[in-house]
Amino acid sequence: MSDAQGLARIFVGRGLTKGYRAGEQVVHALRGVDLDIYRGEFVVLLGPSGSGKSTLLNILGGLDTPSAGQACWGDHDIAAVDESARTRFRREHVGFVFQFYNLIPSLTARENVALVTELAAHPMPPEEALGRVGLAERMDHFPSQLSGGEQQRVAIARAIAKRPEVLLCDEPTGALDYETGKVVLTVIADVNRDLGTTAVVITHNAVIASMANRVIRLADGVIASVTVNAERAQVDTLRW
Amino acid sequence: MVSMLDRKLLRDLWRMRGQAVTIALVVACGIGGFIATHSTHDSLTRARDTFYETSQFPHLFADLKRAPNAVARDIARIPGVAQLRTRVVQDVQLDMPGIQQPLSARIIGLPIDAESGMGRLTLRQGQWITREGSDQVLVNERFAQARGLQPGDTLYALLNGKLQKLTVAGIVLSAEFIYATRGGGLPDDEWFGVLWMDAKRLSAAFNMEGGFNSVVLRLEPGASEPAVVRTLDRMLEPYGARGASGRAEQISHKIVSQEIEQQRVMGTLLPAVFLAVAIFILNVVLHRQVASQREQIAALKALGYDDRAIVAHYLKLVAVIVSGGIALGVGLGQWLGGYMTRMYAGFFHFPDFEHQTLPWVLLAAAGASFAGAVLGTLQAIRRVVALPPAEAMRPPSPPSFRPTLIERLGFARWTTPAVRMIVRNLERRPLRAVFTILGIAGSVAILIAGTFWRDAIDHFMDVQFNRVQPGMIYLSFVEPLGPEVMQEVTRLPGVMHAEVSRTIAVRFRHGHLAQRAPLIGIAPGDSLQRAIDARTGQRPVPVEGLLMNKRLADKLGLAQGDSVWVEVLEGERAVRRVQVVALFEERVGLNAYIDARSLERLTGEGPRYNLAALAVDGAYRDRLMARIKELPRVGAAIVKDSLLQTFRDTAARNMLFFTGVLTVFAATVAVGIVYNSARISLAERAWELASLRVLGMTRGEVSTLFLGELAVMVAVGIPLGCLFGYGLAALIVALTHGDAYAIPLVILPHTYAYAGLTVIAAGLASALIVRHRIDHLDLVAVLKTRE
Repeated sequence: MSDAQGLARIFVGRGLTKGYRAGEQVVHALRGVDLDIYRGEFVVLLGPSGSGKSTLLNILGGLDTPSAGQACWGDHDIAAVDESARTRFRREHVGFVFQFYNLIPSLTARENVALVTELAAHPMPPEEALGRVGLAERMDHFPSQLSGGEQQRVAIARAIAKRPEVLLCDEPTGALDYETGKVVLTVIADVNRDLGTTAVVITHNAVIASMANRVIRLADGVIASVTVNAERAQVDTLRW
Repeated sequence: MVSMLDRKLLRDLWRMRGQAVTIALVVACGIGGFIATHSTHDSLTRARDTFYETSQFPHLFADLKRAPNAVARDIARIPGVAQLRTRVVQDVQLDMPGIQQPLSARIIGLPIDAESGMGRLTLRQGQWITREGSDQVLVNERFAQARGLQPGDTLYALLNGKLQKLTVAGIVLSAEFIYATRGGGLPDDEWFGVLWMDAKRLSAAFNMEGGFNSVVLRLEPGASEPAVVRTLDRMLEPYGARGASGRAEQISHKIVSQEIEQQRVMGTLLPAVFLAVAIFILNVVLHRQVASQREQIAALKALGYDDRAIVAHYLKLVAVIVSGGIALGVGLGQWLGGYMTRMYAGFFHFPDFEHQTLPWVLLAAAGASFAGAVLGTLQAIRRVVALPPAEAMRPPSPPSFRPTLIERLGFARWTTPAVRMIVRNLERRPLRAVFTILGIAGSVAILIAGTFWRDAIDHFMDVQFNRVQPGMIYLSFVEPLGPEVMQEVTRLPGVMHAEVSRTIAVRFRHGHLAQRAPLIGIAPGDSLQRAIDARTGQRPVPVEGLLMNKRLADKLGLAQGDSVWVEVLEGERAVRRVQVVALFEERVGLNAYIDARSLERLTGEGPRYNLAALAVDGAYRDRLMARIKELPRVGAAIVKDSLLQTFRDTAARNMLFFTGVLTVFAATVAVGIVYNSARISLAERAWELASLRVLGMTRGEVSTLFLGELAVMVAVGIPLGCLFGYGLAALIVALTHGDAYAIPLVILPHTYAYAGLTVIAAGLASALIVRHRIDHLDLVAVLKTRE
């Protein structure tokens, strides 16, 4: 699959709808979203709280299923398969980074990464992954011995170590201060550039959006606008 | 109007219902076991004491050869004697139509007017003996039931060599024969009956007119038993008395009392383990509950609730759970106690036997549970109450981990991250891990201590019947016979090998300690009656001096090499000082062994024998049995395999019940502990597990990681539990040993295996329930919040 510009589409979402029951009412987080994601691009999902961006990311990552619509990675509609198939999909193709890092407190940085590389078919060594995020010196520290930024970098190392096709990041800088946030974003940008990993990053910080190839704005469960950045900003130049 | 705090209480309880129910069940098992055993103990004690009181059970018993009735007047004048009854007692062989095997009976003479007074019988069926000189007899209920005898039925007894027809007039109970046995301590009701017949007729049959050979006495309150015994023995010595003995040496009393005592020991030890486990679970669950509600507690404080109200709130939570357990436990205890009481009613026969639970048992059970639960949880509550509200509002700082000891020692290379997670989690909360392991070990120990009896009794029976007495038939003679008896028994049909021996009644004296006991004569080369050491096997009887079992030596304060006074209680009544040459471990009775020739010298009677042991060719069994019935001087014939069969059937039934109950109890404890540990750890780590699922771990992999921790604790807990079980069994054995028998501490591998497998099964069941929860973790929700 490719579009007119010759870029390969790795994800095609059509009519994605998600409703949650809240008591008597059904609340719609997504209302028929159509979305394509291209190989190797850096996409930012922007939008206020409740706009549906996390729901969309979770559906992309196979953490959640849409109530209606298709979510196809290549030929596979992950909305139509069962939980174990989605687990296999996450394991083989997706790297996740979350706002609260979600590291395993009882494992060191190196072991947190190794936990994932053990599951993967062609992983990079944990040391290499940690080297990429600048943590070669702190590999044997436990999460409780690392700062928030360092923990988030371990999470990124853990996500990329299995060489996923796509890196999904939900507010990766949300819990970090300005300087630390920049370091984390640089790491994500580097991975996207050097490894060619497609990156989808959620934020509600519009400044970060200038780093992206494309910026997709969501509001009220639908795509409000899509902006293509002709020139991507360097992280150093960002100010927020 | 329910206060808001109480409403919160109810909702919290509903949310943690699985945990609340399992804790309540563990409490219920402890309470149930405590009430069941103690109420059974109390019911048995009361039934026995009431029976003793209403039947005026004698305090002293003395057997002799023959004394003229006039002696009774002298006995009555002994200071301290309140009542006495003289009587004729004879051991005879019985014959019942259709029964091949020889039966034995003890026949006791009963005056026609003896329906009241000391040793009064309780008539259960039929009527009293009405005519002097008639062939009517009263039969003890145990024998009557075992043999299906009814009033009007007929049996035959060999009275002084003459076969006489007897008619059953009534079925009775006697406090002297609550447990009737010819001495071995085994239930003997199919083969041994107790009959009462008109005293005049019995005396006539045995040429005992104008005399008696047995006397029973009741003492005045405060009378000195030893003083009366001394005077009585002196008085009866010329008449061939074997020495008077008190209730403590009366066989039925001894066995009934030891059985009752066992109830008390089991009823105290095992429930204590349950209660300890329940308190531990409560403690951990409440710790967790309070920790997860620290923000709420802070908010309550900020709103103006004082510490006392908050403490009371959590204590109420504990109280509701424990009360549920107590209510359930009382019901369970009453049902179980009733069942056990009925079981014993079939075993012992008391005229009034009902299950009753004394108020103190209920109060003690409830009180101990409450006190334990409150003490166990107070610390958890105090910790949170002590927090200033502002600090409590903040989430607790993230858990810190470090490499485990094993890793610091350099073994990390061989472990996977998953294994490291398991080990580090265990090491991070060592106290909880230790207590969980102890709880698992506790349930294993309960099972072992409750079911090892089967092994112990099998071993006991094997030693006693295959090694100590490997013969098939044992005959006892009504009086010692000369050497010609050897030829007589050897000529019996089917006898392949026969041995005759002599056992006499003696009283051992050492310092101020005295003990009546049998002195068993054994000839070199005897193989059908041997002294067997429970640990080392056969013990040779020394040529000079005594071989004594340790339990008798302990009673007398004797050590190996000491000398002891032996007073022979029959014949010439010699008194000699004899050295105790060797001691050994023996489980049954209080016995001493002596070389057959030494015994002859001691009695001064030359070779005389009162026992014969026969090894028999099974093919001649029927003919042999028929022939034995005709032997006039045989008082009792014990056929070993029939005795064993009866015992095994009874024991197997009872063991099955207790094994069943204890299995359910132990499984409840195991589920309680494993399930609660798992739930708590799941609550604490749901976030971590969900993260792993997001990273692509399957449900199976995450469950393995999580449940691996439990598996490790179960794996450590089971061997530890085997060790505890051994200790607990040893304690029970030590606390229940009595004069009649000492249960050996034998636990076979299959008992350990059964205990271990039961706990593994319980652990698996708990794991499955928790696994269900892991499978349904809400991945999206846990990622959005920080635990």
